[in-house]
Amino acid sequence: MSTPIELPKWADVSLVPILAVVVAFLVAGLVVLGIGENPVKATLLLLKGALGSGEGIGYTLYYATNFIFTGLAVAIAFHAGLFNIGGEGQATMGGLGAALICLRLDFLPWYIVLPLAILGAMAMGALWAFIPGYLQVKRGSHVVITTIMFNFLAATLVVYLLVNVIGKPGSMSPETRVFAASAHLPYLHEALAYFGIKIPKSPLNLSFVLALIASAFVWVLVWHTKLGYAIRTVGHSPTAATYAGISIGRITLITMAISGALAGMLAVNEILGVQGRLLLEFSSGYGFIGIAVALMGRAHPVGIVLASILFGILYQGGTELSFEMPRVTRDMIVAISGLVILFAGALDGLIRRPVAGVFARLLKSGA
Amino acid sequence: MPRLTHTMAGHAPAITLSDIDKRFGEVRANKNVNLTVASCSVHGIVGENGAGKSTLMSILYGFYEADRGTIHIHGREVRIRSPKEAIAVGIGMVHQHFMLVEPLSVIDNVMLGAEGGALIAKGEAQMRAALAKLAEVYGLVIDPDAIVGDLPVGLQQRVEILKALVRGADILILDEPTAVLTPDEAEQLFVLLRTLAAQGKTVILITHKLNEIMAVTDHVSVMRRGEMVATLETAKTSPAQLADQMVGRHVLLDVTKGPAKLGPLRLSVEHLVIRDAHASLRVKDISFQLRAGEILGLAGVAGNGQSEVLEALAGIITPTLGRIMLDGQDLLTLAPTPAERREQGVLHIPEDRQRMGLVPAFSAAESMILGFQSDDAFGTGPLLSTAAIKAHTAREMDLYDIRPRDASLKTAKFSGGNQQKIVLAREIEHYPKVLLVGQPTRGVDVGAIEFIHKRLIALRDAGVAILLVSVELDEIMSLSDRIIVMCGGVITGERTPETTNDRDLGLLMAGVTERAA
Repeated sequence: MSTPIELPKWADVSLVPILAVVVAFLVAGLVVLGIGENPVKATLLLLKGALGSGEGIGYTLYYATNFIFTGLAVAIAFHAGLFNIGGEGQATMGGLGAALICLRLDFLPWYIVLPLAILGAMAMGALWAFIPGYLQVKRGSHVVITTIMFNFLAATLVVYLLVNVIGKPGSMSPETRVFAASAHLPYLHEALAYFGIKIPKSPLNLSFVLALIASAFVWVLVWHTKLGYAIRTVGHSPTAATYAGISIGRITLITMAISGALAGMLAVNEILGVQGRLLLEFSSGYGFIGIAVALMGRAHPVGIVLASILFGILYQGGTELSFEMPRVTRDMIVAISGLVILFAGALDGLIRRPVAGVFARLLKSGA
Repeated sequence: MPRLTHTMAGHAPAITLSDIDKRFGEVRANKNVNLTVASCSVHGIVGENGAGKSTLMSILYGFYEADRGTIHIHGREVRIRSPKEAIAVGIGMVHQHFMLVEPLSVIDNVMLGAEGGALIAKGEAQMRAALAKLAEVYGLVIDPDAIVGDLPVGLQQRVEILKALVRGADILILDEPTAVLTPDEAEQLFVLLRTLAAQGKTVILITHKLNEIMAVTDHVSVMRRGEMVATLETAKTSPAQLADQMVGRHVLLDVTKGPAKLGPLRLSVEHLVIRDAHASLRVKDISFQLRAGEILGLAGVAGNGQSEVLEALAGIITPTLGRIMLDGQDLLTLAPTPAERREQGVLHIPEDRQRMGLVPAFSAAESMILGFQSDDAFGTGPLLSTAAIKAHTAREMDLYDIRPRDASLKTAKFSGGNQQKIVLAREIEHYPKVLLVGQPTRGVDVGAIEFIHKRLIALRDAGVAILLVSVELDEIMSLSDRIIVMCGGVITGERTPETTNDRDLGLLMAGVTERAA
């Protein structure tokens, strides 16, 4: 029984996360110091790598796109009180859905094949989340358990299909043939060149625009529709939902499907935007980091976009940093990401409590 | 641990609280509170919800520490930073919700946390001796080997009291102890409290029932908005005076209502049987009828099937057998779900507004449309219009005097009374044919009780059929046109307020079906 922590909203959504990142960087700085490098220099190199050039920014936003999709997927499930940790599997299946469409139909013009491929990615992602939802509603199997098991099922299924069914004939590596150009989502530098604007080349593609549209969609859905109201009611109070005549089972199924579709869209960025073919493990952990992104963004689309850009900076800047400072390895960057997650998510109270204390004192002296 | 003897304790007051101040954020829950409790007495503390009684007692029991002020126990200044320290200075607390392990025996529960070493035998022997002594001194007789879950609520409460006493408490705080008791059990509790005081213990009784204060206390302190407004000798005050002190204005305690103008038969419940999720029988074949323009009171001790009846009528649970007829049509086939019941005009003010009637994390405006979220009035098609629900809420807040008038404020930040007004406004404004009302004034302050009762009577006079489920006998007696009593899942009797009294209803609530003399 401790005093409830109450903060002004602006402090809750901006000050606390920023302080969490600062503290995480300070602790990470100690680690860098420990291996005999200069933490200030390392931080500057990281920031320069991520934001110091047009190309760097492109890469940062390209990584951020993945985090936005998986972060939104986790967040929408949060609002219904569901913990979808199957983003990896749903993204993998999204890749399969996009690939199946492209392999069959990439002889068609882009304005037919691309929308279909995007829908294919969303549909397969949705299906892969809908099944655990259905199992929870009908059989009482908790989605935390089933979604994580479905990650393994998705990975195994795609390996099987790539090796035995849809893999490129005669190739040693488990991947499909490269799709035709009509199935390629344009890079942003290509799209802008069309309008006469020149930006440096990077893997950043139109998926980023889709990610921003998805963020707006989630914002409208959760706070400005009747379905969103029902989702939040189920998440906050299942008993009140029952009282209000909201079917918890129906909302669980719908929410899981939307969540899975969002996770599946990661494949739009990776498969349709960058790789142009289906290959193994393109989801490479984005599904799990999405959980941290959603936590840090307080399950709000604006927060998720900001948290995604932060993780994009860490990914891109970290890669550059390990080039410039060989003693700071990739693993160090993973450790720094881990510290951010630790301070922003798990040790939230560590930051929040002193901040609340300062606010309480300010209020007292002001009153 | 040095313990003051009874005679020494007689000189200094048992408790002296001086200038206690406690702030939660912007709310000052206790403002310079002073309180003196004489030892060997029963001291009542009354006040509306949010008046600061619970905060004050939590400070005394070490859940919170005061921002300012001092605590003296038997004349000695102490600092109480945790319940453990409170127990060490001889303060014990009996919570409203029991802290008991039901599958364990009485002796195990009493011993829990005071086992006295790694091996249980020695501690248990000491505990048995201690219990025997308490039984002798205070008449607190209880079988130490009985399983707590099998005991009636009144005896479970005794286990809580024993737990405090064997830990050496000589100051006992009871928080709303009679909320779960039958009138008979409450009477026994009062006898016990008097005995405890006579034998040298000091008892603090927190309650909102003024008749209990009158029946059992020596002194009574009234709190209002965080301040201690009066401490009176019980013999020299009256319920009306206390009520006025609590609210700070004159309150009408008695409900005035004209005779019922009975309309046509609205609701007919026929041979209703309800089993819970564990297939145990909760309601055993009950039938009753409700007419338009009538308030039917459903009385009983909590947990005797009334809640299940209410939820079955609202469509939240499905009865095993029986029929529920509205205007001659079977609701179980016509409108099986809560949403469909609502469309048929069967509206519901649930017993548990925190868990069911509202969503505490929502804004007031969002809670104001719970159950009616699909209405076209609140947004076209799939969209929900924030502006529309806020405007709607602002109107309701004016009509029902819901304070503060802030549709964006989180529901949890409203007081119990104002939360209940949100539920009441929402359901009444959707034109009920039948209104199911569960515990409408639980945890609601005196001023709001008056308001809610008036609204329910106005609704009755407008021809609504009202089923009122309440554990407050006063409420049942003053509002109902007809009363049915449930015990153990069956109806044990039907009365009218004119032909019955508390004692008669109490016997029916305890399952004694022969008419009392």
